[in-house]
Amino acid sequence: MVRAFAAILGRDLVLALRRRGELGNPLVFFVVVVTLFPLALGPAQETLARIAPGILWVAALLAATLAMEALFRSDFEDGSLEQLLLSPHPPALLLLAKVAAHWLATGLPLILISPLLALFVNLPGQALPVLVATLALGTPTLSLVGAIGVALTVGLRRGGLLLALLVLPLYVPVLIFAAGAVDNAAAGLSAAGPIYFLAALLVLAVTLAPPATAASVRISLG
Amino acid sequence: MQEFLYMGGYYPFVWPAYGLVLLVLIGTPVAARRRERRILRRLASQEPRGKTSA
Amino acid sequence: MWLWFHRLASPKHFYRVAERLNPWLGSATLVVLIVGLYWGLVIAPPDYEQGDSYRIIFVHVPAAWMSLFVYAVMAGAGAVTLVWRLKVAEAVMRAAAPLGAWFTFLALVTGSLWGKPMWGTYWVWDARLTSELILLFLYLGFIALQSAMEDRRTAARAGAVLALVGVVNIPIIHYSVEWWATLHQGPTVTKLDAPSISLTMLAPLLVMALGFLLHFATTGLIRARCELLEGEARSGWVRELARRRRT
Repeated sequence: MVRAFAAILGRDLVLALRRRGELGNPLVFFVVVVTLFPLALGPAQETLARIAPGILWVAALLAATLAMEALFRSDFEDGSLEQLLLSPHPPALLLLAKVAAHWLATGLPLILISPLLALFVNLPGQALPVLVATLALGTPTLSLVGAIGVALTVGLRRGGLLLALLVLPLYVPVLIFAAGAVDNAAAGLSAAGPIYFLAALLVLAVTLAPPATAASVRISLG
Repeated sequence: MQEFLYMGGYYPFVWPAYGLVLLVLIGTPVAARRRERRILRRLASQEPRGKTSA
Repeated sequence: MWLWFHRLASPKHFYRVAERLNPWLGSATLVVLIVGLYWGLVIAPPDYEQGDSYRIIFVHVPAAWMSLFVYAVMAGAGAVTLVWRLKVAEAVMRAAAPLGAWFTFLALVTGSLWGKPMWGTYWVWDARLTSELILLFLYLGFIALQSAMEDRRTAARAGAVLALVGVVNIPIIHYSVEWWATLHQGPTVTKLDAPSISLTMLAPLLVMALGFLLHFATTGLIRARCELLEGEARSGWVRELARRRRT
């Protein structure tokens, strides 16, 4: 079982690395969206610093949502998604491997580039570790919950906008706790409380989302 | 009566709230009934003529 | 009793029961709502703090209650849809969604109309209104998913998963929004809660809530009938019904 998990994880990562162009898109999107805010609000450092946690988190959330759409697309088109359901291993576990690989390919780069963007919007230095921590705990939850929405819309031709409509309301708790934690840290307060909540949400998502994703894939494939 | 309509000065808030609620509460069942009748009419028009029982 | 319940699972039988219940439920709704409106608007005394503006509570709170209750009904029907694949449960779930969205919409608009005299603005990012807004988004997502899928049965089962995911999320969303509201506590925001609700106000409120519930039962059953007719268009009982309609 562990081997099947690792096999899918490895396969998907190799596939993702082969399509490096597509991989970069969410990252560029993240950078561009964050850049739009100073252009819209003016470059005043204090204003930016005040709303930096919100800007960074909303942009990361949108980039993660946009990246989600491609999660099962190629597997749906070449039929390997159907194969996956027929395998002797629990499909929830195999889908978890796919989500993990997808997160490593799209979510992790967002985290790596976030310090640079924090600089752009003048996030106070002491909040930077908290930003990275919230992204590390929050974006996997987004991927896991988003995977359910992707599975439900995978058979539809124009699923992109619908996917956003389905999953964005479900992302609210992650956004609130994550941005709240960074906000607290920027104001010099303790961010431990909301970070614990993010961790709890991640645990909840890891346990509950994969079975729901498996059920959704089964429904979508009819 | 006038006092009732005046609602202690809060008439611009109370009456639109109640009006909108009534509009929706009346509109939804009426729309549902019309939809049902439309469906039945469409289904009836698809049935072959002349027969009255199965 | 069990047999009766079992037969209700057949679309044909459900349709007939729903049709027979309709006049009773409809008239009960009408009577209860008229009593509730008269009680709330005329008999109930004005509040000593909020004057007559508090009367919006009699439509706002029932709408807010219904918005949650209907989602629970949807999720319950969704669970039955997934486990037993009952067409009746699918019909109930799809019938409930737009009504729930309407109740949520009403709760939002009446809340903001109440907020204007209380807070001075139509919209305040207060915890309850914000949760209600996100609930509206959940409903709209469900409705969008239903209309995007061509196959009715696939759409129903996909919707069932979404409704169940939503129902797990609602308490989390609610809690996170509460936490968020305390974090960003604005300066002197008046609480929307009715100040120590007295019996003279509680009674019409409960009557109105019952009226809303009956309204949902009435309209939901008509809508469920529509769903059954559309889903079962080719089955014998629907064709029989359509033939009888012609003569």
